[in-house]
Amino acid sequence: MQTESIIICGVGGQGILLASDILAEVCLEAGYDVKKSEVHGMSQRGGDVISTVRYGKKVYSPIIGENSADIILALEKLEALRNISYLKDSGKIIVNDYRWDPLPVASGLDSYPENVIEVLKSNVKNVYVVNGAELAEKAGSLRTMNVVLLGTLSLFLDFPKEIWIKVIEKKIPSKYLEINLEAFEKGRDIKI
Amino acid sequence: MKALLSGNEAVARGAWEGGVKVATAYPGTPSTEILEEIAKYKKDIYCEWSTNEKVALEVALGASYAGVRALTAMKHVGLNVAADPLFSASYIGATGGLVIVSCDDPGMHSSQNEQDNRHYARSAKIPLLEPSDSQEAKDFAILGFEISEEFDTPVLLRLTTRISHSKSIVELNVRRDIPIKGYKKDFSKRVLLPAVARERHVFVEERLRRLKEFAENFPFNRIEEGKSEIGVIASGVAYQYAKEVFPDAWFLKLSFSYPLPENLIKKFASLVKKIYIVEENDPFLETEIRAMGIKVIGKEKIPQIGELNPTILRRSLGFEKKKKIYDLPHIPKRPPALCPGCPHTPVYYALSRLKVIVTGDIGCYTLGALPPLNTTDSCAEMGASISNALGLEKALHGMEHPKVVAVIGDSTFLHSGITPLIDMVYNKGTSTVIILDNSTTAMTGHQDHPGTGRTLMGEETTKISLERLCKAIGIKHTYVIDPYDVKQTKEIINREIHRPEPSVIITNRPCVLLFRGKKWTPAIINQELCTGCKLCLKLGCPAISLRGDKLFIDEFLCSGCEVCIEMCPLKAIKLKDPQGETVKNPKS
Repeated sequence: MQTESIIICGVGGQGILLASDILAEVCLEAGYDVKKSEVHGMSQRGGDVISTVRYGKKVYSPIIGENSADIILALEKLEALRNISYLKDSGKIIVNDYRWDPLPVASGLDSYPENVIEVLKSNVKNVYVVNGAELAEKAGSLRTMNVVLLGTLSLFLDFPKEIWIKVIEKKIPSKYLEINLEAFEKGRDIKI
Repeated sequence: MKALLSGNEAVARGAWEGGVKVATAYPGTPSTEILEEIAKYKKDIYCEWSTNEKVALEVALGASYAGVRALTAMKHVGLNVAADPLFSASYIGATGGLVIVSCDDPGMHSSQNEQDNRHYARSAKIPLLEPSDSQEAKDFAILGFEISEEFDTPVLLRLTTRISHSKSIVELNVRRDIPIKGYKKDFSKRVLLPAVARERHVFVEERLRRLKEFAENFPFNRIEEGKSEIGVIASGVAYQYAKEVFPDAWFLKLSFSYPLPENLIKKFASLVKKIYIVEENDPFLETEIRAMGIKVIGKEKIPQIGELNPTILRRSLGFEKKKKIYDLPHIPKRPPALCPGCPHTPVYYALSRLKVIVTGDIGCYTLGALPPLNTTDSCAEMGASISNALGLEKALHGMEHPKVVAVIGDSTFLHSGITPLIDMVYNKGTSTVIILDNSTTAMTGHQDHPGTGRTLMGEETTKISLERLCKAIGIKHTYVIDPYDVKQTKEIINREIHRPEPSVIITNRPCVLLFRGKKWTPAIINQELCTGCKLCLKLGCPAISLRGDKLFIDEFLCSGCEVCIEMCPLKAIKLKDPQGETVKNPKS
């Protein structure tokens, strides 16, 4: 098979690294070669974060450039827009319809674009919108938004559900496991 | 057993499997996790956060004297700090295997420059290993100790951000039992008096010749057969990018990349018609290989600035011309920011009001240079804030000029701020130094340091008092302040900048992120009282935002530092629960 490339992007603090860790571990469990890459450091401080997961028979590069992603999973919608050029022509965007103002916007020095979802749809054929905040709240905490989105992502990937559950159980502390499993189900339940 | 490890985790695993006894580091992105991971093996390995990289390398060198395997890890610019012992260590050599890990940062994700530390291997005349994935990072750490001991040399293991912070599959093994040689006095090797050093230089040149022979047969320097007449020479992560861009080419993968295997390279050149050299940043391989008289294509096409990736490589070589055009609105930037409740924020706010020159340093607080605080005037390297301030002050002496304030973090101060402060006292400087003491090395993810009272091994230890240290150096005016008290902070800074003597102001609030899992009472804005004057926005607090002409506080983000409450001229901001726990008044 060809190497599949998935980008998970969003805002530092949204749990992107945990989400990509789970995805990479699922790929490993499913028997694929896998690489994942992200940048630590400054990103912890509310900056934009991007993590790349690639899997297949044999993976060389841990990162990709423009026009190379099969799927972009955006935990915040402006970040979907920012990273759109990574997407292949045939690629899909799964976007959380959630707004997190960058500091220059919050402090009135810049503005957040209008109609982000419509802009995405006018530029990309396959856009799937998830109301992650609402589903995460229903699951028990806004903090599970990352796992809600993984639930939706799982619908597009050919991995058995048991592997997802097994890896989530391994990666999430037992105290928060139940709400995260619920969050995964909520994300996986949506109609696409 | 297989595991998905980052390059840093793999180096740590390699150190453990390779029988390391002593490991040292000063934290620095992208290298930090190496020692954090090694600390998990503290039963078998003595490990420490050293005060700085120079000390870290010297401690590791001392361990090597004793005949045990030692590793030290640092970010690329850390090796500048450790350059002095690096060059001596090359002459002294290694009794126990000595591996120096340098994590370079092409693309400058978290660094002040993009230096290519492979040059250090050449100038210090020591072998260089460049892994291109996590498995190699682990294997080369182990091989590094063997090469080090066989050739009596420190070994430079060079990773880059995309090796350090990428995860790939690694086969795990058990720890090897390495016999300890023990300490033996050796004057002719370790006492670098000129007479000894002259002899050692002869040894170093001879060693380099033998290492070159070794590189010719090093199994990880390998030729991979291709289907075309194109040959690619690559090392590190660039090898992976090139494998995707040139699926049919012949490859010479260089893993032992200094000194270079000249015969192997010449043999490879005879097998192909056209050679590309793919490497990130400087033309390190290219310069050497061109000097062998081999015609190659390299940096005239492939960018020297920034990171590479397969798309950049394809486009630079003209293999891909298409660039898709999207119809997008203006996308606002999302710069990193000081956290809600960060104790640095009120200090920067006070400084921004005082119209002073602020020389900055390396850490989260560098972010005080960004809008809306716009405070810091300079950020050069670790410790530079204090010495830069003195230079400015001396140069501007006799002229009308704003007062000069140096701002430095606690960990950075201990790393390399003490000697410049002594210099300031000794040379009669009058600048004000603010030590933002948040009780941790925050930017790299909260590591302990000599001022926290805890070691990397998790033990309690003597806690260095910054206040007493400054007094002992000769600073007569030393104050410890609560930065959340904005009025007092501003008053004290304003008083001290006018003093014709040096003074040190130390803030005493810990990093907000150290209170993990706490639920704070947030502040809320009474919309009936708020006139939308936006004064609170000047803090640059990520919890405060403007929607239309109204201001809001995100209760999810706010930690209740109460700084905006104190600042609001209309008293429109209050705590949601006046009795609740806030970061300003934590209950424990």
